[in-house]
Amino acid sequence: MLWLLQSGVMRVSEFISFIYSNLDTAAVATYQHLYLSFGSVLLGMLVAIPLGIWLTDKEKLAEKVLAVTGTIQTVPGLAFLGLFLPLLGLGVVPSMTVLFLYSLLPILTNTYTGIKGVSPALVEAGMGMGMSPRQLLFMVKLPLAFPVIIAGIRIASVYIVSWATLAAFVGGGGLGDPILTGIMTADINFILMGAIPAALLALTAGWILGIVERLAIPRGLRG
Amino acid sequence: MGGILTLTVEHLVLSAAGVGLALLVGIPLAILITRYRAAAGFTMAVTDVLQTIPSMALLAALMIYLGLGNQTLVVTLMIYSLLPIVRNTYTGIISIDKGLIEAGKGMGMTRWQLLRMVQIPIALPVIMAGVRVAMVTAIGIATLGVLIGAGGLGAPIWRGMQIVDSSMILSGAIPAALIAIICNYGLAKLENAVVPRGMRVSSPAKS
Repeated sequence: MLWLLQSGVMRVSEFISFIYSNLDTAAVATYQHLYLSFGSVLLGMLVAIPLGIWLTDKEKLAEKVLAVTGTIQTVPGLAFLGLFLPLLGLGVVPSMTVLFLYSLLPILTNTYTGIKGVSPALVEAGMGMGMSPRQLLFMVKLPLAFPVIIAGIRIASVYIVSWATLAAFVGGGGLGDPILTGIMTADINFILMGAIPAALLALTAGWILGIVERLAIPRGLRG
Repeated sequence: MGGILTLTVEHLVLSAAGVGLALLVGIPLAILITRYRAAAGFTMAVTDVLQTIPSMALLAALMIYLGLGNQTLVVTLMIYSLLPIVRNTYTGIISIDKGLIEAGKGMGMTRWQLLRMVQIPIALPVIMAGVRVAMVTAIGIATLGVLIGAGGLGAPIWRGMQIVDSSMILSGAIPAALIAIICNYGLAKLENAVVPRGMRVSSPAKS
């Protein structure tokens, strides 16, 4: 037992000194990871939220679009990067494209179902007050659907932060780089240098967006 | 071409092995936490955190302890499959209408009979939805197996990327994408098929 504890403490101290001497590499990889993941989630939001809103009164089309994004979601990440490599080559562009495509489904589904799920009585009430369709969207439907949309963004962010490690395969950088180096050289220090910040980023993103989700509930609906 | 077929089969077997192990561990665990609710939150939190570790990293970290090869990949796949299976089994069982449980009790069913004849059959579609998510995820993660010397379709993708040979990449990427899509579709069909006859009004097929 004592031996285990001792070797554990040694491991940790060795890792800390390793990180300390490789701080630059870790910082660059974390920074790249952040812009890869948040850039692609942002792009995903810009496309999926308007698309989700637009689809709410086109049920047939919505089913098809959701089926397509659902299928995209099932394609393995590495296979996806492989499929895009002949078209987009290496680097940040193919990595972001793949991550962006993965972020679409949760945001799109939640925007669509969030707006669809707004109680018809509330929409009627808005109409009764003489709201135009635009006012109805911005003053009733969107605020009510907001927590659900944020939940979609949260789910997408947590996944994307974890999957962004795959960018290392195509030279896109990020925290996958040290992990890949660690695998090639069988060095646990490099693996942890990528894995720990990546897991922490995913947990932090989930935690912060979870808070935003609760704050986004309109005042009149808080229990 | 024969090589690709072998790799595809190997890929499926490895993924199924990981999901199968997760079922063996996850279903009893989920049933246990439906009885000891205090442990449920903790178990979910642990599986949630495990899920956020990038698969490449977990694969690599386990490699250091379990060595190169298929066994490390299967253990990794098992860990990632646990969350959807435990979560769906747990919510599937606890969301069963109390009236149905009471009816079973009223008929003099023992706890075991209640589980086997009421709870599991009714929760089965939800459990199957978990299996579907787990299987699709496992097929995806298994492509990374090549990094730690495991088999499967990751090998042509990885090697093709190293030498920038598109046709080699595609010979791994296309079958990998196809089996993921087919498994997703097939398991979704199975999900509907396992809805108990008495309950076929609306199917709760949600992942």
